[in-house]
Amino acid sequence: MYTYSVFLMYIFAKIVFIMEIQKITIRGGYGKDGSKEAVESLELRAGDIISIVGPTGCGKTTLINDIELFANCNTPSGRQILINDLPIPEDFSLDPSQHPIALISQHTNFLSDLPVGEFLTIHARIRGAENIEAVVNETIEFANQLTGEAILRETGMTELSGGQTRSLLIGDAVVIGNSPIILLDEIENAGIHKTKALELLKKYDKLFVFVTHDPTIALLSDSRVIMKNGAMQKVVQSNPHERPAAEALRKMDDAILYFRGLIREGQELNESHLEKLNQH
Amino acid sequence: MKLIVFAGPPTCGKTTVIRQVIRRMIKNGHKPSYIKIDVLYADEDEIIKKEFGIPTHKVYSGELCPDHCNVVVLDEAVEWAEKAGSDFLFVETAGLCLRCSPYVENSLGIVVLEATSGMNLPRKVGPMLTIADIAVITKIDLVSQAEREVFRYGVTKAAHDVAVMESNALYGIGIDPIVRRIEKIKEIEMPMFLRGNPPVGTCTICVGKKEIGAKNHFGVLRTMEQELFYVGE
Repeated sequence: MYTYSVFLMYIFAKIVFIMEIQKITIRGGYGKDGSKEAVESLELRAGDIISIVGPTGCGKTTLINDIELFANCNTPSGRQILINDLPIPEDFSLDPSQHPIALISQHTNFLSDLPVGEFLTIHARIRGAENIEAVVNETIEFANQLTGEAILRETGMTELSGGQTRSLLIGDAVVIGNSPIILLDEIENAGIHKTKALELLKKYDKLFVFVTHDPTIALLSDSRVIMKNGAMQKVVQSNPHERPAAEALRKMDDAILYFRGLIREGQELNESHLEKLNQH
Repeated sequence: MKLIVFAGPPTCGKTTVIRQVIRRMIKNGHKPSYIKIDVLYADEDEIIKKEFGIPTHKVYSGELCPDHCNVVVLDEAVEWAEKAGSDFLFVETAGLCLRCSPYVENSLGIVVLEATSGMNLPRKVGPMLTIADIAVITKIDLVSQAEREVFRYGVTKAAHDVAVMESNALYGIGIDPIVRRIEKIKEIEMPMFLRGNPPVGTCTICVGKKEIGAKNHFGVLRTMEQELFYVGE
């Protein structure tokens, strides 16, 4: 019987990978007060970038945990997640290398005692990469576009800073894991270059879901889910009228990064820098 | 009686997994009982008795190693559980030297390993892992998915035939597949036999010899260069 259920999981994994994940559907459940969620159903498609926004404690992280667990009306929210319109067998997510979702949370840290290069090589081998050397390099290059100081192959995983860790986790999920769905929980807090991250991620045909307090990330997403009291209140599509605001915020972010750079270089600021700010 | 033996390094989450499993077993109409074998101190039996009101018991191995103690008391334990009206007996043991394994033929052997314990752990724990039926990997919420995959790979490489089940036991995630497997096991047969081969050495330290150096000990001995020799009758 056990072998049979393993077999079913295997078949299901095959089906998911052959068909590929075109969309996932979130069927609404219940908020903290037990009332039905205003958003009854939400479809997310490959290539979409979605933000989940709302005040602290409103249930943003619970929502992405429901997605990661393939909730089937069996979590406290009562939500159901469908992939390509099908519910997911409960045992499906047991083998993490078959799991189509990568969740990168505020708390995930590396505990492995291996150097970065060696760890990524093992991971690439498990995932059956054809050219292991190439994907390992691509992963480190990807991560290094998001960090301050570069990650080296020889660096121990546990020696990485918070921002480097988050960057490498994203790089690993995108390049080696090639996960079709990537959930990112408040990555802006780790000090990684967020607009660069968005630009970089847009090149990959994946579904990215950001839990975020950052207005720039929210406005540069395709749509945003508004959360309150544990429930999805509504979904707002980004539209052309919002573009100027998004652009203005992006410039402010760039200005902050520019000044951060100057300060990190040990420069003293003067009026000419302020002029530069106005040009930005 | 159906027998489930849980083994694993200290603080790996054995008791947390067992509590989640027992909760579901009771809900499914079974009558479990629980025994904890530890060296010097244990209060898990009291915690589980208080939480579920099922028959529990603890055995201190004291001067014996816990796996040795398990072998000595297990037949009595099965009788005790039968008298208590149970259909499933859960044994939790703190195997220490990792050379033995506490699993009995026809029992379900479950080793619990924590995902946070380093990539080489699966190669270090020996028969406790390699002749188990299930390896439960706990604390998966504390590591990245990439590390979960690498740790799992390490487990399957060290033990090909062991079913790997991942669990975030604190939140009850990944417990149902373990329960389904437990519900399918066979009754144990008397007399019971250990599943693996015990070590060939007699532990002279267990019998109280404190002197350092091979010349002070007997049985199967070895040098630093791993040469085996035998001293004794």
